[in-house]
Amino acid sequence: MNARLFFLLCLWPLAAMAQGFSGLGSEADAEFTNPAPDPAFNFPADHGPHPEYRIEWWYLTATLEDADGTPYGLQWTLFRTALAPGERDGWASPQIWFAHAAVTTPDTHLATERFARGGIGQAGVEAAPFRAWIDEWVLKGPDFDTLILTAQGPDFAYDMALTAQGPLVFHGQDGYSVKSAEGQASYYYSQPFFDITGTLTLPDGEVAVSGQAWLDREWSSQPLSETQTGWDWFSLSFDAGTKLMGFQLRQTDGTTFSSATWIAADGTTTPYADGAFTARPLGETQVAGRSLPTRWQVTLPERGVDVTVNAMNRDAWMDLSIHYWEGPVDITGSHTGRGYLEMTGYE
Amino acid sequence: MIRTCLVALLSHWRRNPIQLFAYLAGLAIATGLWSGVQAINSEARASYDAAAATLGEGQFDRLIPRQGDAIAQETFVVLRRAGWLVSPVLDVTLNDVRVIGVDPVTSPTGLGGVTPPEGTSLFTTGPDTRLFANRNSARALGDLAQVIIDDTVAPGIAIGDIGAVQRLSGRNDLSTLVLLPEQPLVQPDLASIAPDLRLQPSQQVADVAQLTDSFHLNLTAFGLLSFAVGLFIVHSTIGLAFEQRRGMIRTIRSLGVPLRVLVGLIVVEMLALAAIGAVIGILLGYLMAALLLPDVAATLRGLYGAQVSGTLTLRPEWWLSGFLLAMLGTAFALAGRIWQVASMPLLASARPRAWVMSGAARFSAQAIVACVLLSAAAVLVIVAEGLILAFALLGCLLIGGALALPVIAARALAWIERGATRPIWQWFWADTRQQLPGLSLALMALLLAVAANVGVSTMVSSFRLTFVGFLDQRLAPELFVQAETPQESAALDAFLTREGIEALPLRSTPTQIEGQSVRLFGVRVGSTYRVSWVFLAERPQVWDDVADGAAVIVNEQLARRGNLWVGDMVEVAPTVTLPIAAVVGDYGNPQGQVVMSEALFETLHPDSYPGQYGIRTDDVTALRQRIADEVGIAKNAMIHQAAIKAASLEVFERTFTVTAALNVLTLGVAGFAILMSLLTLADLRVPQLAPVWAMGVTRRRLGGLELLRALGLAGLVFVFAIPLGLALAWVLLTLVNVEAFGWQLPMFLFPLEYLRLGAYALGAVTLAAAWPALRLIRTPPAALLKVFANER
Amino acid sequence: MLEIGSVKKSYGDGAARVPVLRGVSLELGAGQTLALTGESGSGKSTLLHIAAGLEAPDSGAVRVLGQDLTAMDDSARATFRRTEIALVFQQFNLIPSLSVAANISFQAALSGRVDQPYIDRLVQALGLADHMKKYPEALSGGQQQRVAIARALAAKPKLMLADEPTGNLDEQTADAVLDQMLELVSLSDASLLVVTHSPKIAARMGRTLHLAGGQVV
Repeated sequence: MNARLFFLLCLWPLAAMAQGFSGLGSEADAEFTNPAPDPAFNFPADHGPHPEYRIEWWYLTATLEDADGTPYGLQWTLFRTALAPGERDGWASPQIWFAHAAVTTPDTHLATERFARGGIGQAGVEAAPFRAWIDEWVLKGPDFDTLILTAQGPDFAYDMALTAQGPLVFHGQDGYSVKSAEGQASYYYSQPFFDITGTLTLPDGEVAVSGQAWLDREWSSQPLSETQTGWDWFSLSFDAGTKLMGFQLRQTDGTTFSSATWIAADGTTTPYADGAFTARPLGETQVAGRSLPTRWQVTLPERGVDVTVNAMNRDAWMDLSIHYWEGPVDITGSHTGRGYLEMTGYE
Repeated sequence: MIRTCLVALLSHWRRNPIQLFAYLAGLAIATGLWSGVQAINSEARASYDAAAATLGEGQFDRLIPRQGDAIAQETFVVLRRAGWLVSPVLDVTLNDVRVIGVDPVTSPTGLGGVTPPEGTSLFTTGPDTRLFANRNSARALGDLAQVIIDDTVAPGIAIGDIGAVQRLSGRNDLSTLVLLPEQPLVQPDLASIAPDLRLQPSQQVADVAQLTDSFHLNLTAFGLLSFAVGLFIVHSTIGLAFEQRRGMIRTIRSLGVPLRVLVGLIVVEMLALAAIGAVIGILLGYLMAALLLPDVAATLRGLYGAQVSGTLTLRPEWWLSGFLLAMLGTAFALAGRIWQVASMPLLASARPRAWVMSGAARFSAQAIVACVLLSAAAVLVIVAEGLILAFALLGCLLIGGALALPVIAARALAWIERGATRPIWQWFWADTRQQLPGLSLALMALLLAVAANVGVSTMVSSFRLTFVGFLDQRLAPELFVQAETPQESAALDAFLTREGIEALPLRSTPTQIEGQSVRLFGVRVGSTYRVSWVFLAERPQVWDDVADGAAVIVNEQLARRGNLWVGDMVEVAPTVTLPIAAVVGDYGNPQGQVVMSEALFETLHPDSYPGQYGIRTDDVTALRQRIADEVGIAKNAMIHQAAIKAASLEVFERTFTVTAALNVLTLGVAGFAILMSLLTLADLRVPQLAPVWAMGVTRRRLGGLELLRALGLAGLVFVFAIPLGLALAWVLLTLVNVEAFGWQLPMFLFPLEYLRLGAYALGAVTLAAAWPALRLIRTPPAALLKVFANER
Repeated sequence: MLEIGSVKKSYGDGAARVPVLRGVSLELGAGQTLALTGESGSGKSTLLHIAAGLEAPDSGAVRVLGQDLTAMDDSARATFRRTEIALVFQQFNLIPSLSVAANISFQAALSGRVDQPYIDRLVQALGLADHMKKYPEALSGGQQQRVAIARALAAKPKLMLADEPTGNLDEQTADAVLDQMLELVSLSDASLLVVTHSPKIAARMGRTLHLAGGQVV
């Protein structure tokens, strides 16, 4: 999933222009640290920020259900991006934080965003006890396994509690995730085993919900390859307890670069290199003036996976400073279950 | 054929250069005054727009400190982390440039609309201090900061990252917090998070553009008036040129040029000349605006604190509007004449009729229109509300008055004529009356110019008289001292009490009353207030009641906007409602004010302290020194009353520099119109004068009579202009001013001033009439004889 | 060349209606000359104006060079007048802002056929050579009249209509003017219609018609 990070880096100047602050990438790239193979993670410190890297995120998605069985989806993401490596106090800090929060119901999709400068305390992440915040939004707990989560916008809010039911899982080679044939890569690990319960405050009132949450951690300094135009990323939780993370990067010549991680119910992982995982659009939907594939055929033959992934709400468009599609999906076919889909680069 | 015809048509101008000059100059003056005024206005508006874009002022609610002008940066973070979406602003002044620091990441307008050049970051995350400003501000800032030139930044302002501005100003706090338009679902009370802050709604932030609207409306009115005067000239010149070319047009047609071709050529010719005149006018307007703009900018800055660029840019909205207006005005004047030519039978008399024949019918039509307009004005006086209608009223009044002039003048002349016994005078008055139609346009132009002068000079002088009185009242204490901190304030108070010096401590805070943003003042009632304050309306024992905390005084702005007057109750705080004991005039300030006793103010705002002291003393210099020495207040925090007075008067003088300049121009234009009309009439009048000459009246006598006639008519116009001008002034003072500023100006009359204006007008007319009269005196007898020798 | 048949014309309306021409007919062939005489108010000038197409008759036909003037629109009539007809008015109708030279060649220039040597000869013959740079207002009445005649001749019309062309001229000059008009007639086979009081001038024309009370007598 570090593809989305890279894509953000590519999009950043554009998005930043739209936001009114451009030229973010003006300070030399070379000073940033690049991910290297065979990482040795150091927890809990690595749950905290890595200011020497250009971009980083704490990315949480959840599939939820209320007492009546109505499905919901939820997203909470804190991004860190650096104009220069390192941290300084006060307004001189080169770190910029921004965050997205969204709730998807079968017929609406609500999304909002926040921005902050580093160095003044408006936003940040501390590793232990774990605390990630921007304005009044927080994701925090005594450790990384027991967290509370809040966010709100002008028309919605949520207040959730998360408990991890399994271990952290590492993507690619022990958390070193390759993003292109040229070798662009990121550090990437997840906690896909959260149980989540809490309350959604929607325009129609409060709803008590519970379900499964998936938290991704990723950081890097390298942009996408110039020939990559966007990505389709899937986090699928099957009813059998197994999980599949797979993404494909679309390339200008029409080919794709894919990568996947098969996660057993006990958390043991199997990485799959380019080509093993496939995702093929089955149906397009007009969303926000563009055509997006909201039905997919996803396969991982080596695990006997051949499923149809269908958007729960096709209008899960994130109409924020950075545009993308992110929403819950239903899985049918060889496996059944629920998951999340993110699609970028459909401009 | 076309070329031959065109040469013949154009040869008229070559043989009559004065007419050509009148035509071009009339258009140039009309276009010039109009586009000059528009240039000033559009320059100012562009500056306001830039300021609005840069500062976002008036667009967003703000959180401001209840006291002082600083907010701790920590308060910003606390608010954000409580769910209050605010963006920090630091507002400082460096080298007379207002330097605004914002956080582009959270600011609703980014960095005030600044788009940095390629490769430049808006942020200053390092030790550098990058600012964005226009050329002039950049020059003023000098070496203080690294300034990137950006002409979209409002004049007088530099904008930059808040971190940079903090470093530059040596501060670590903030000035205000902009409240973003979209706030999240759940927020704690502001009072529980930041009790020191107060929410200031956006609409209550005085909008510079709104404040200055009336000033620009004033300018526009004068521009329009000048344009009308200029068009009068154009209209009469076109009329004259057609009359004089009747013979030529007939000849050309009889020699076989189709009417259509001829009309087309005339239209092309006149519009081409008009275009030349308009272009000259735009150049003149540019020059005028460039000369006046610094004064206008100074006025706006002084009166309203609005920053306006002192330099002029060529904007299509003003030069194009001037050009189009000029062409339309010409086309309008031309249309009637073309219609006349087209409907003129080929064999009609070729002799110029000099408009004179058409008298009666046109006069009655004109009288009816004048009556309708003046009646409309009367109705508007009763019902008009709002600036637009007030200006409609002005228009009806002026145009109605102008149209009524020739009708009334004709009546007056007929009446005088009946009283004349000697034949020469009977002839003189009859002849004058006969000339009225030919001169009426020029006379109307003179009327408008004189009336505008009377009106404006009344307004200006009334304003000045009232304002100086107001300054004497408000600036009665000889010394004003600014206390920066509560400690300073207390020390000063102790010092003054110890020395037994009469002091007028002033506490103030912004607040909301009657839904308006109002400044609340707490005063220590003493003899100075009792003696020097003059009220617009009051009840007995004003100051006793105020001192007892039993009543308040409000300024006129608040009273008029809130529809309050003496005796009405006003809620000065959620728990306190008091009657109004008096309404006080307050000039040059748009905001409402409430004055109450110091004691009451303290109970309502216990944290406050007097930030200003007015001190009575005979020896300002010595007292100033002692306060500096013994209380430790910086000398520059102490202001001599005379200095404030002078500064305030200076502001008003500048306002009127602009209007005075426009006044002189309009009078000049009117004089010019008279000159042109007389000059052109002079030729037509030779046949009328020849018989009189033949009967034994010398040319010298005739010339003298001509001059006398012009003076007589000017005198008539002047007599008529005074009531019209006073009506104009009355509308400006009692209607327009209340609508625009919220206060009414008492109207004073200045008869000597009007006499002086009358003398100017007569002088202008004398100058204008002298040349044609001189030409008449020098007309060779042969030319007069020719009248009898053949039909022209 | 010029055929006028039963032309009637009156001015005014209703009771104030004054008949000026009560059915006048005349014919003038190419190379012919005709003098029209009569008292003031007999309708001579009106007939001339009608022949020139400056005024329309109430009834009757006006044909010049075989074309019916009354059937043309203003523009066609103007074009016809410009190219085929020349007029010498009682009032001289010069253009005051043009020099004498420009006035003389004006009509010829309008139809784009200025014959400068011919104009030079006319100017000499009419004694205007010294006045070419002056403006009409600086000339005497007689001089102005000669300029108007020169302008008409310079246009080399097929039909020349002259209203009292020699009214302001002394006898010698009047003869020179008449010589030039007659020369035009003989050289270019043009037709000449002259309204005049003078029996002497009438005598030099091929025919004379006398108008009285709006009728030929």
